[in-house]
Amino acid sequence: MITHPLLEATENQAKNQGKVKWKEKTKSSDMGCGLVDTLKRVELALRVKSIPYEYIEEDLSNKSPLLLHYNPVHKKIPVLVHNGKPLAESMIILEYIEESWKNAPRLLPEDPYQRAQTRFWASFVQQLFEAVLKLVTSKEEEHEKTIEEAYEKLEVLEKGMREFFGDGGRRIDGQNLGVLNIMVSAVLATHKANEEVFRVKIVDPERFPLMFSWVEQLNEVPLVKEVVPPHDKVVALLHFVRENGLNPSSS
Amino acid sequence: MAEEVKLFGVWGSPFSRRVEIALKIKGVEYEYIEEDLANKSPLLLKYNPVHKKVPVLVHNGKPIAESVVIIEYIDETWKHNPILPQDPYERALTRFWAKFIDEKCLPALWNSTWSKGKDREAAIEEASQHLNTLENELKDKKFFGGEEIGLVDIVASFVGFWFGALQEVSGLELLTEEKVPKLCKWSYEVVNQSVIKENLPSRDKLIAYFSARFADASK
Repeated sequence: MITHPLLEATENQAKNQGKVKWKEKTKSSDMGCGLVDTLKRVELALRVKSIPYEYIEEDLSNKSPLLLHYNPVHKKIPVLVHNGKPLAESMIILEYIEESWKNAPRLLPEDPYQRAQTRFWASFVQQLFEAVLKLVTSKEEEHEKTIEEAYEKLEVLEKGMREFFGDGGRRIDGQNLGVLNIMVSAVLATHKANEEVFRVKIVDPERFPLMFSWVEQLNEVPLVKEVVPPHDKVVALLHFVRENGLNPSSS
Repeated sequence: MAEEVKLFGVWGSPFSRRVEIALKIKGVEYEYIEEDLANKSPLLLKYNPVHKKVPVLVHNGKPIAESVVIIEYIDETWKHNPILPQDPYERALTRFWAKFIDEKCLPALWNSTWSKGKDREAAIEEASQHLNTLENELKDKKFFGGEEIGLVDIVASFVGFWFGALQEVSGLELLTEEKVPKLCKWSYEVVNQSVIKENLPSRDKLIAYFSARFADASK
């Protein structure tokens, strides 16, 4: 039985202090959020902003009335519920978090042009995610074709990120991760596990040195380590998914 | 410094028209450059190397691509006559619906028109569901944005205007008063808002274009 979380951010408005409730149920077949990329994005954003939240598990093979109530259009996770008001779609949730909790650090740049560029690239990383997902959920025969799509996206990112960040090289402030760091962490942090299980190089350090070193650096950030499960656990989960013919996406 | 705003677009594209509508709402002067998609200009390729598509807005030499990203930029740069609401929750809902229309409705409506056989049936079924979802979301509001048009109305002009033309050409009957009465009423209202009306392509020209394509596709 697969379970995935529905996240609830709570804020005690009277005291302007959050309630710290971190629940994680563990079952023998529990996958947690290890494979759910879109969920990792939201968790990272909440942690960057130090927003306390309650993590509610959802059994996607048997969706709760609560999930269906909160996301009637797509019936998917993640769903963020803030003071009773639900929101779906990870990037939309991230923008909402940014606008509702105006404390530092910022998830998006202040300048409108930089913000537009960040949104553009975040949307592109989403496309990379879809290509990687296709690879992970397709049959072995299709891998050659689907990996090409992922490589195309990675090539664009390799070049685009070099220009976007300038030649000073990637510098990540561990406390101040921002949307692009969050997206890339969520999508690529577990690439080595994917590569091991599917026996295909995704973030090849020779072809994509910037992306490779960026992900290596992100994987050293404590916040990222808190949200992304260790390599062995992801490998085990991916094997579980393959053997059971399951789809590790957030539906 | 004088503002220099350029927009690269295509006359029939709902995506470039929506950016024009946003610029007109804000009263921003701009230079419009019509692109020939079969023969893209070097400037377009320079300004949008990733997707090589329209629309692209260039503000004081700095390019921005992706229509909704552009509109959010326009809204944040020229703050009068807001296109998105102020409240974070309302903004999130606005973005959600705009995304739903672009990622779900548009492709389903487009495929309903152009695909064949089983794919077409599936697309029609999906499109019907999405139109019903929009019908339910509209509730008793005049526009998706409330009393005034907002981002969702601008994005949904594809449904109100372009799909109306596609429907006429293809003989589909999805956007009808029987099936989605509120959505139909909304589409008359929205298309008749002057800022939208004055910035839509000519319906006759669009119908002629789609008819020719439809005839070709049927061969």
